[in-house]
Amino acid sequence: MNAQATGESAATRLGLILVALLFLGLLLVLPLASIFVEALRRGIAAYGRAVVEPDAISAIKLTLLVAAISVPLNLVFGAAAAWAITKFDFPGKSILITFIDLPFSVSPVVSGLIYVLLFGVQGWFGDYLAERDIQIIFAVPGIVLATIFITFPFVARELIPLMAEQGRDDEEAALSLGASGWQTFWNVTLPNIRWGLLYGVLLCNARAMGEFGAVSVVSGHIRGQTNTMPLHVEILYNEYNFVAAFAVASLLALLAILTLVLKSALEWRYGYHGRGTGH
Amino acid sequence: MAQAIALEAPLQPIAVSAPAQLRLRRPRFRRRSIIPGFGLTFGFTLAWLCLIVLIPLSAVFVRTAGMGWSDFVATAFSERAIAAYRLSFGAALIAAAVNGVFGLLIAWILTRYEFAGKRLVNAIVDLPFALPTAVAGIALTALYAENGWIGQYLAPLGIKVAYTPLGVVVALIFIGLPFVVRSVEPVLADLGNDVEEAAATLGATRLQTFRRVILPSILPALLTGFALALARGIGEYGSVIFIAGNMPYRSEIAPLLIVTQLEQYDYAGATAIAMVMLIASFLLLLLINVLQAWTRSRSLSS
Repeated sequence: MNAQATGESAATRLGLILVALLFLGLLLVLPLASIFVEALRRGIAAYGRAVVEPDAISAIKLTLLVAAISVPLNLVFGAAAAWAITKFDFPGKSILITFIDLPFSVSPVVSGLIYVLLFGVQGWFGDYLAERDIQIIFAVPGIVLATIFITFPFVARELIPLMAEQGRDDEEAALSLGASGWQTFWNVTLPNIRWGLLYGVLLCNARAMGEFGAVSVVSGHIRGQTNTMPLHVEILYNEYNFVAAFAVASLLALLAILTLVLKSALEWRYGYHGRGTGH
Repeated sequence: MAQAIALEAPLQPIAVSAPAQLRLRRPRFRRRSIIPGFGLTFGFTLAWLCLIVLIPLSAVFVRTAGMGWSDFVATAFSERAIAAYRLSFGAALIAAAVNGVFGLLIAWILTRYEFAGKRLVNAIVDLPFALPTAVAGIALTALYAENGWIGQYLAPLGIKVAYTPLGVVVALIFIGLPFVVRSVEPVLADLGNDVEEAAATLGATRLQTFRRVILPSILPALLTGFALALARGIGEYGSVIFIAGNMPYRSEIAPLLIVTQLEQYDYAGATAIAMVMLIASFLLLLLINVLQAWTRSRSLSS
């Protein structure tokens, strides 16, 4: 019989751990390692050339620009949505939360398509935009819109359960002591939710910089103009320029590693654990 | 001061006599609160939600409604489209099932056992959330191609992964794993030791305890993780297209078919398939909400 009533034997434990580690190694670690090996296959010089090539630089700049617009907007939205949902009682709250979650369950390709249906040449506003020479699809605004859609729930989903847990007592105390609404938010609420906010922003940013499907549909793949880093990876890969493709991919992999390191740091240092499952 | 006000508030309704209260009560959208900012935050939330999510999504429905039923069925359920759905849904189902098993195993060792490098394992489980899908796609393709690190050992066995439907499954296993681990982990951690001790005292073997005591308690969470992985897998694009081979009728996923039709300016065809995908994801979202409510009620009652 078992040595411990509610534990497994040492052999079983070891076996289970080894199987799990083997699975993780094959499925996650090996692909991650292969990115860097493939990128450095022709040496560090070829790697450097691929990364500083003008099209790559412009892809990096566009990716940073898109994230710099979409992440703050979703941050403001997430904070506002969490405030409205957790500090007040009103009917239809759970429907509102479900609607906020919607972008998570929509295929990235469909997320891009909906903006093509609105702003593309045959779209609802296609003629209007064409007359005024405004381009949204196959241009930067479309990429930004699709990215905002894809990353829409990240911050809200992290903040809503966190702020619901914390209740309203702190805010009510501050307000009854004469603080204004903004003062209460900045000095009472924000310090309480800062790690959750950071956590949400971290994941939101990773997705915003890495989004492929939705951006691919609206971008038009114009080199040097509407190519984000993931799209640039695809173009290089399809041109059989594997070293360059993996070099640019390795930058995105580094971003992913940085995201995981910061996320783990939040969990270990500050004991913060993500509340929104299903990113 | 704060206390005085806090005390005053709940007393108020009692002080007002019943008929007077009836007269005073006007239908209000939300309950009274001293916290300000409802109009601002609720209004902004609703406006932003409509502009970014609801109005654009409604375009798919309006466009489809304009097509007419027979046109819609003809485009949305053409032979090629059905083959694509079968691959997308089938591969996502298999991948979610594999993740159900291994995700549970990983959640188990993370919550129950101590071993060197546990924190690293915990961090790396989230890699698929953080790694851009296109990067995952080319990395998996390089690994499983016939001359790749893994592919070269599979080729002599006659197993081809890259550029076949099996490759789609591998990519979706990669994408879906953290959903299962992160859904099961908190429930497994909260599970009290006492029920397991009781089962052992009553003579259950460890395997019996797992099957009859632990598994039923974590089942809602496990199914939630399964459904989340499934939903993600059905719509997944970036990681799949590199490894799939993309042969119509054979290794072409439904999202790719949408892209192909858009590139040929066949908006109606793309929209019809998108409609089918949207309905599938709405149904799954509904299922996930039900499962999450079930998980919560389980964890509250235990």
